Amino acid sequence: MNVLEVSGLSKHYPIVAGMMRREIGRVRAADDVNFAIESGETLALVGESGCGKTTVARCILRAIRPTSGAIRFAPEDGRMVDLAPLSRGALRPLRRHIQLIFQDPYASLNPRMMVGDIVTEPLLVNGVPGPEREARLLELLDLVGLPAVARTRFPHAFSGGQRQRIGIARALALNPRLIVADEPVSALDVSVQAQIINLLLDLQDRLGLSMLFVAHDLGVVRHVSDRVAVMYVGRIVEVAPTIALYATPRHPYTRALLAAVPKADPESRDTVTAPRGEVADPANPPSGCAFHPRCPFAIDRCRVDRPELFEVAPGHLSSCFRANEPALLA
Amino acid sequence: MEFHQHTGIVRALDSVSLDLYPGRVLVVVGESGCGKSVTARAMLRILDRNGSITAGEVILDPATPQQLNLTALPPEGSRIRSVRGGRIGLIFQEPMAALSMQYTVGNQMMEAIRAHRDPGKAAARERAIALLHEVGIPRPETRIDAYPFQLSGGLRQRVGIALALAADPDVLIADEPTTALDVTTQAQILALLRRLQRDRRIALMLITHDMGVIAQMADDVAVMYLGRIIEFAPVRDLFRWPRHPYTRALLRSVPDLDAAPRQRLATIGGAVPQPGARPPGCPFHPRCPEVIPGRCDISVPAPVPPGEAGAACFLVEDVAA
Repeated sequence: MNVLEVSGLSKHYPIVAGMMRREIGRVRAADDVNFAIESGETLALVGESGCGKTTVARCILRAIRPTSGAIRFAPEDGRMVDLAPLSRGALRPLRRHIQLIFQDPYASLNPRMMVGDIVTEPLLVNGVPGPEREARLLELLDLVGLPAVARTRFPHAFSGGQRQRIGIARALALNPRLIVADEPVSALDVSVQAQIINLLLDLQDRLGLSMLFVAHDLGVVRHVSDRVAVMYVGRIVEVAPTIALYATPRHPYTRALLAAVPKADPESRDTVTAPRGEVADPANPPSGCAFHPRCPFAIDRCRVDRPELFEVAPGHLSSCFRANEPALLA
Repeated sequence: MEFHQHTGIVRALDSVSLDLYPGRVLVVVGESGCGKSVTARAMLRILDRNGSITAGEVILDPATPQQLNLTALPPEGSRIRSVRGGRIGLIFQEPMAALSMQYTVGNQMMEAIRAHRDPGKAAARERAIALLHEVGIPRPETRIDAYPFQLSGGLRQRVGIALALAADPDVLIADEPTTALDVTTQAQILALLRRLQRDRRIALMLITHDMGVIAQMADDVAVMYLGRIIEFAPVRDLFRWPRHPYTRALLRSVPDLDAAPRQRLATIGGAVPQPGARPPGCPFHPRCPEVIPGRCDISVPAPVPPGEAGAACFLVEDVAA
């Protein structure tokens, strides 16, 4: 059963010029994005800066209004609501079901509030009575591995990793149906990052969390996600179960991304390669497939036609015309 | 070296010894607050005003007639300024830290070229174009007149590198040069740094926290923790036979592209202590899984001798003894 179904989602920003603020072009930050998240599943959205992954996340949170498309969300079993056209008022009762874990554990906690108040604020806002809030607070602190005494202390007394635990406890307070985590470990040191990744894995197991995990680090994504969607210049270019994506990537961009990761093994030195050129400008994307100017497999057709996602193996979608050719499978 | 703060004196570095060699890459690795950036800043004498070097020296061209003790120079004098950006180039994490928004790339590069050995305006422009070409900037003859904000992050970092090369340095210090970049851009910049360093026989000191970057770039690695070098080794040995429990834990905690699905990572308990709250004994002992009670929490293991592979750990000392 799906918790979230995103279809045809686009977010375009106008480029205006002159005194009349005439529209002279559009930045297609997200362009015809389609995916679904099953109950209990973690889907990672990966890509480089400017690829639109955060735009998609912000649309789902309805922090911004999408230009077009549907965001169908299940606040409870058997009911689906399209969040895309809803007004602020109509969104209000739904917001408790989708919670966010932020990237920056320093900027996302109010320094003047005690940890107990930070974690229980969502409960207070939603009218949960005092004694119940108390009980839930202790439960939440325990769940994320913080001592009960943390509740009367202020955020500055905690390290980056502990602050991220506070942020996670707050996100879990209302038992949300969906968690959106935007780069939740990228600001942390390696040793602390590992602790938070393990915590997220534990919480997935214990609570059956459904999660949209926005990240750029393919190593981290490998550990926490069930499926991965790769974005390039506003569009999803490949979606696959995690193991399949890493073992047999079927889009040249995914291959380039994986090949560029510096492996923590000095023996692998000459296997790391960089794709040529630079990420395309979403205000002025190349014709046809946006990756074609950088793609070692590009053919004439890629310069002209825009490829759509199609199934190359069960549950494995790619938007490369040549996804089924042996050259790309090698 | 020490920092004087209103909370007291923070000992930021403690008996740090490093050697840089022409044509070799030394990587300094550690988590935030370990002193890796402060080491570079102390070498260049660009510490904040509350920081002072309390012991030790930094020697340029050791054992040659022109050998120069940088620690003996006044930090704002002309001699240290001719070393900074002249003999020693600096590359920052955020290239905008080195670049001004108000001037074109060419303006800033020509200024750097002419500050050290002025060849005249026209020749400086020629040289700036040649440098931009060398760092892989397409169409350098037109890009030289661009402003930094007109360039992408990757191109800006290439300009930052060209700027660091302006005076033909023998030593290059790169402080997290790819941390702010995307992975494909990072791969390009690392390849560029390696090519330049080989072609020009530069002594490169690369500061990073990324174990992948170390594996790809280093000849030798110094691992820092709370202001001390706790292990030093050639890169292959460090990955194959890490000696210090901290190095071992750090290597195990790296997310792996070949991991099994939903695989847990090895972790190090606790967090890096605040630099002002350095524990007694071995600085790592409160987090160390192999701590020897009554020893590691009381005495400090001897530092790694300069230039030798080893670890500052009693377990290693005991094996050697």
